[in-house]
Amino acid sequence: MTTTVLTDTVPVPAGDPAPSGRLRLVLARLTAARGVLVGAAIVLLLFLLAFLGPYLTPWDYATPNYTAIRQPPSAEHWFGTNGIGQDVFAQTVRGLQKSLVIGLLVALFSTVLASLVGACAGYFGGWTDRALMFLVDLMLIFPSFLIIAIVSPKLRGTGWLAFVLLLGLFNWMITARVVRSMTLSLKEREFVRAASFMGVRPFRIILRHILPNVSSFLIIDATITVGGAVMSEAALSYFGFGVRAPDVSLGTLLAAGTGDAPVFPWLFYFAAALLVLFVLAVNLIGDGLRDALDPTADAGRPARTARRPRRRNP
Amino acid sequence: MIRYLAKRLSYYAVLLVVAVFLAYALSCTALGPRAYFEAKQPRPSAAAVDRQLTALNINDRTPVVERFATWADGLVFHADLGRTIHNTSVNEEFGRRIWVSLRLLLIGSLLGMALGVAGGAWSAVKQYRISDRTLTVFSFVLLSTPVFLVALLLKNGAIAAKNAAGHEVIPFTGYETPNLAGGLGAHLGDWALHLLLPTLSLALGGLATYSRYQRSTMLDVLGSDYLRTAEAKGLTRTRALLKHGLRTAVIPMSTMFAYSFLGIFTGAAFTETIFGWHGMGEWFIQAINEQDINAVVAVNLFAAVVILAAGFLADALHAALDPRVRY
Repeated sequence: MTTTVLTDTVPVPAGDPAPSGRLRLVLARLTAARGVLVGAAIVLLLFLLAFLGPYLTPWDYATPNYTAIRQPPSAEHWFGTNGIGQDVFAQTVRGLQKSLVIGLLVALFSTVLASLVGACAGYFGGWTDRALMFLVDLMLIFPSFLIIAIVSPKLRGTGWLAFVLLLGLFNWMITARVVRSMTLSLKEREFVRAASFMGVRPFRIILRHILPNVSSFLIIDATITVGGAVMSEAALSYFGFGVRAPDVSLGTLLAAGTGDAPVFPWLFYFAAALLVLFVLAVNLIGDGLRDALDPTADAGRPARTARRPRRRNP
Repeated sequence: MIRYLAKRLSYYAVLLVVAVFLAYALSCTALGPRAYFEAKQPRPSAAAVDRQLTALNINDRTPVVERFATWADGLVFHADLGRTIHNTSVNEEFGRRIWVSLRLLLIGSLLGMALGVAGGAWSAVKQYRISDRTLTVFSFVLLSTPVFLVALLLKNGAIAAKNAAGHEVIPFTGYETPNLAGGLGAHLGDWALHLLLPTLSLALGGLATYSRYQRSTMLDVLGSDYLRTAEAKGLTRTRALLKHGLRTAVIPMSTMFAYSFLGIFTGAAFTETIFGWHGMGEWFIQAINEQDINAVVAVNLFAAVVILAAGFLADALHAALDPRVRY
């Protein structure tokens, strides 16, 4: 993308598709990488399960069935039932749904925040840079878990969207640092200088020239963040600082099932397996995207061995 | 190098002061110890609650800055972290718990880092062999499992082993067997056995993260000309890899170390709670539920100091390993 922007004197609109050569290369690399395909298939299936699952079962996630308490998985209750006879399948798909939505929203929010902060710090430099980087350092001193846990009693009764904001608010710092350092080198490039000499306003330059050029990194990072956010959500909810009743998420399901796990494994392991499966799939996609989008990679990984003579053990 | 480190240290000191003040203010606004006292049975009078809150320096009617000044004054001049909500000394509790946590944090993070660096380097040298693929799959699955889930799975495994064997095979609660008879050797063995699962749940996460990064930095180094030169001048492959390859490949990892320590700290809080260790993490979760401001701030202070120490260590490591760092 950078080469086309260089030859173009007119600013390229942000939504302009990448030149077909590069797009084809990226697509070819993506389809060649098995990991991405497998990951994408799993993510797609999990989304289908999360959003269509509730219609597949006659049971509601909240309604107790006192005639079937702690039943193991059966044809009637696919994932069994819990201590008050609620259907675990209905609960799990419901929890999965919430966890997926939270993961996506957090990734979106924190990536937007990180790219804006990082690009501003890098582009403006000086005191803006110093102040923003001090803020980043300051927020990195405490594990976000501590701060979110402290604030969470205040959020009682505000629902899960506030929790999403909070997770996003404490998840952008490291990404912002990387965007900043990428911006620092982009700032010196001809097309950015040309735009600024033409009198294009700084925010327009950031949106139209800087951010499109770090978009590869942002896409990869956002993908990984989805997985990270789902894990953070689960951890916080597990300890009672995240999603709260009446909402269910994978974290609250794990918390509810922990005590029973050794004796009634279906209360714990279905949610645990789905959580790991989803994050694993997202990481596979992220890894594949990194190989496909990284301009410094020759043609994916196998090329690396070609450069280096294969050695036998001495 | 000394000047560079001194500069970093003073920056960290400023960060620490500002961060601790913010954490204090945040805890004061978010937690409500007044409600905790008012919920007591029999219900104390408003004046009594007020008196109690003021005595503990957590009265929400006193301005936050004033409370912080009192607290900071106690901390700086008397090394006193204040009183808990049960009117016991925060210092005492802090002193009791800090070693429990540090034991876990230090051993877990160092073990994770050592295993990760070794595993990643090994993996890069053996690229695309069975050992490399196994480690890659293993670390991918581990990276996708939150630390608390790893800890829970290990604990469930230990419970299953206990049920199968009829007695406890690997201990999974607490950090020592209460009233254990025997000499020092028996005690040390007991400690090590109790450390096993909690440390493992922390170290496995470290192993997964570090080995991925170490593998890719090592791969970059492996193709370099200077490594070939080192071999050409007569070093064996292993010596060249260790002396010239690994040292260069470890440099970017020192930055990773500082960042990943955040995750390890959080992970330790989960592990402690799950394995019933009475450490700082468990205290923190308990203190939030009890609206205990001073205890919450104490744990935050501990977290900030530990994380900045890790950051400083990473700076020092970076400066020591990378000859280009000359500030």
